[in-house]
Formats: sequence, C-alpha cells, structure tokens
Amino acid sequence: MDKAAIVGVAQIKYERRKKDQIFADMVFDVTREALDDAGLTIHDVDNVVTVSNDFFDGRTISGMAVGDACGGQDKNISTVSGDGTFGAFYGLMRVLSGYKATIVVAHYKGSEGDINITTNGMFDPVFHRHLGIDAVSSAALQANAYMTRYGIREEDIAQVSVKNHGNAKNNPFAQLPMDITVNDVMKSRKIAEPLKLLDCCPISDGAAAVIIAGEDIAAKCRKKPVWVRGVAHCCEEYFLGDRDLSNPVALREAATRAYAMAGIRNPIEDIDVAEVLEPFSYMEPLWLEGLGFCEPGAGCSLITKGITVMGGKLPVNPSGGALSANPVLVAGLARLIEAALQVRGEAGARQVKNADTALAQGFNGPCGQSHCVWIISGTK
Amino acid sequence: MTEWLKSVEPLTLKGQIAVPYTWWVGETGGRFMAALRDHRKILGTKCSSCKTVYVPARKSCGRCFIDMEEWVDIADEGVIQAYTIVHYGHPVQPAKPPFAYALIRLDGADVGFLHVIKKDLDRIKNGLRVKAKFRAERTGTILDIDSFELM
Repeated sequence: MDKAAIVGVAQIKYERRKKDQIFADMVFDVTREALDDAGLTIHDVDNVVTVSNDFFDGRTISGMAVGDACGGQDKNISTVSGDGTFGAFYGLMRVLSGYKATIVVAHYKGSEGDINITTNGMFDPVFHRHLGIDAVSSAALQANAYMTRYGIREEDIAQVSVKNHGNAKNNPFAQLPMDITVNDVMKSRKIAEPLKLLDCCPISDGAAAVIIAGEDIAAKCRKKPVWVRGVAHCCEEYFLGDRDLSNPVALREAATRAYAMAGIRNPIEDIDVAEVLEPFSYMEPLWLEGLGFCEPGAGCSLITKGITVMGGKLPVNPSGGALSANPVLVAGLARLIEAALQVRGEAGARQVKNADTALAQGFNGPCGQSHCVWIISGTK
Repeated sequence: MTEWLKSVEPLTLKGQIAVPYTWWVGETGGRFMAALRDHRKILGTKCSSCKTVYVPARKSCGRCFIDMEEWVDIADEGVIQAYTIVHYGHPVQPAKPPFAYALIRLDGADVGFLHVIKKDLDRIKNGLRVKAKFRAERTGTILDIDSFELM
C-alpha cells in the first residue's frame, strides 16, 4: 500500500446537551482546528467525507447540511452513514486513489433525538422492529450471552466502567470523568439486565475531524505524521439470532487483516496502546478477545492483572472511551484521534509513555455487527 | 458556557417526523407471516449446502450465498439461549417494562429466534424451555406471537 498519514486532528468537548452549537457550528470548529493542527488551509484539502446519520439528525441527506461548514463547496464530498472509523477508512481510500488530502468530519447530537426509537430503526422492519428491540436491549442480550458462556460476573465487567471513567479524568474532552467503585456500578439503576446505568454510555453531543494525506502533503504538515500501517473492516450476519453473540468473528477477521498489513505478529507485544469503542462495559473485554490480546473468555482478566490500566503493558482507553462520552458515529473517530494523539506524544495527562504503535477500533450495527481496526504508528 | 448565551436567548424548535411506510414483506416473508396468521405455524428455510435451518425463513443463505428452496416446519417451543430483562420503556416496545427479550433456539432450527417473554421474569434462565403463545386475533405480523412463556 502507498503511504498515507493522519496529519491533522480535532475534537470538541463532548457534552450531554450542547445548546451553544448547532451541527454546522460544531463541524466548522473541528474543521478549522484540524486544519490548524495540520498547518494546512482549506484550499489544500481536495476531498471531504462527512460522517452522519439521517435518522439521528432528523433530516435527509444529513451530510449536505454541514457541507459548507467543512469546506465542501467546490469539492468532492460524500457521506458515510456509519461509525467514524469507517468514514476515515473511506477518506483513506480517496487519498490512496489519488486525492491529495481528505478531511473526515463527524457530528452527532444525542440530545436532540431519541436514541431508543432511532436505534430500533436499524432492525429488520418485518421481523424485528415491532418487538421494540434497540441498541441498548440488543447489547444486553449480547452481554448475557457472553457472560453466561464464560461465567463472567457483573462485578467483572463493572471494573471496565471504573477504569474508563477514572481515565476520563485525564481527558479534557470527556463528558463523564468520575471516581467510582465496582459497588457504585453494581448499585446503579438496572437498565436491561445485566447492564446497569453505569455499564452504559451516556447520551452525548459532539463532533470530531481528521485530515488524512499522502506522503507529499504529510511532509509539509506542521505535526509529526501518524502513519497508517494497517487497516481493515469486516462484517457478519445481520439477524442477531444468526450470530454467536459471544464470539466477535467479524472483529477477529478485521484484526487479522489489519495486523497482516501492519506486520503485527503478537498484538500484545507489538501494540503500545489501544482505543476501542465500548459504549457498554462488557464490550471492552469482548473486543479485546476479538482483537487477539487474550484468549476467548479472558478479557476481564486483562484489567484484574493490571494489563489494560494506565501504567500497564497495554493501556486500553486512556481517554475514558465511549463509556465516558458516546457521540455515536463521532465516537469511533474519537478513538482514532486519541490513538493518533498517543502516537504523537500529545495526549497530555492521559499520555502512555513511549507509545509508538497504537490500535483504534470502531464498529457499526447492533452488537458490533461490523468492525473496523486501525494500526497507526509514528514509524513509517 | 459560550459568551453569546448571555445576550441571545437559546431557542429550540420542536419537530416530529412521522412518515408512513408500507413495506411488502416479500415472497418468503409473506409465506412465513401467512403461516403464523392462518395456521399458528412457524416456518423456516433450510440451506441445501450448509444444511443450516433459518428461522424466521429467509430467501437465501448469506453464508453459502445461494437461494434456499426447502421449507421446514419449526416447533413453537424451544430453549432460551440468551435473554435480558428490560427496565426502561419506549413507545415501540410491545409490553410495559419489566419484560424480557430472548433469543430462543426453536426445536428444528439452527439459529436463535428473537422474541419477548412477559411473565415469570424472576424464573428466567438460559437453557429453560419456552413455548409460543399466539394471539387470538392475528394480522400477519411477528406480533401474531404475543410472547413466549416458560413451560
């Protein structure tokens, strides 16, 4: 593969209700900041990818509504209606097919719609939608399947929430930095068993942007380029009942392909830090299993053994992850941005020492139907 | 908080998108729904290549990428594979919380069947057997099965 790099990144603080900024305001701010970060102007960018969802935004062609705000006029602009990691993947492909620089912008306002009703809409209208199933209740089914299969206790997954809300205290963009205990998680309100309030992400508003460029542009940018070493995505069956929800096969396949491209042979040795998309606590250990950091069923032991905590061998979600802010779609792009900041050494109080190779993961669809895995590095 | 909020009143606009749709359920879906409505029967389809029996019936096997032509009668009872008891409500749900969603491995099928359980929530466990309770008045939707009940 030709070389391409992340050359500019921007996020705004994720909040429960951003009444001071409409979609276009948020997108304009992250576009301008990402350009400043890269040391580029809007005229250096020749391709735009927006990440948004019509159902979430309550308007059709939701990407076009922010076109002016991200410099899309007189440019090639297209929209990915899925997680930001997939939008960035598309942006990367545009660069690899000859564009000089792509800006990828993602926006979301959970505060303006109804997440249960809109995520019910992702299910089959004939067989499933009338049952009222949504993102939260389907995730709870997956948690039950996973925890039953391996005998995982609710206290075990609660540790993820404790770790990630604690990490969020070091992230100025996080919505919910919190000092909590496993007991606090256990005592929190039942949402959909086994998930309790503190096992679940908050509703968030926010936006983020990355600029991806080829070698020529990357050499001229202000910051150290963060090279894309490997990336892949993979999908599995649509109907929940057709899948083994306790075994993320699509993630395993995406990771295998991304690792092969990046020359990663032993992920836990070769990767310094990981940012994974875990809007529900059980997802972090399950995804870490799919990513090959441990054997199936052993995901929770990575926290207990101190491997995925700050200062451990493989810190996971130093940012606080999606449990600490989940602007849907933006959240995957935020994982990629956080991973890039780690590689640059610009992650501030959440910086992992000597991080050079980082992993970012995002997913689309109920219970992680489709996953996208990125390996990025300061080394070309 | 941004400065402008001190001098400009933050206004909101309420909206409601209610768009009617009429989805044709297709050849396979039509046969499945008619069997539920007219005969209280749950139908599946079997892949001639991998032998997987899918329920609800599907027209093609995504794994083998071939059409499925063999119809199979599936039992109206089976085993709970996974469940969640839901404690929050929204208008699309077919029952008032608490109720449960379950993936049920119906006898004769190789995949899980998603539906709801409304009673005996304190007794639900994976591995328990459940049976479909059909509605008296059926209209050809997945809710012609009211729910599943513990046996």
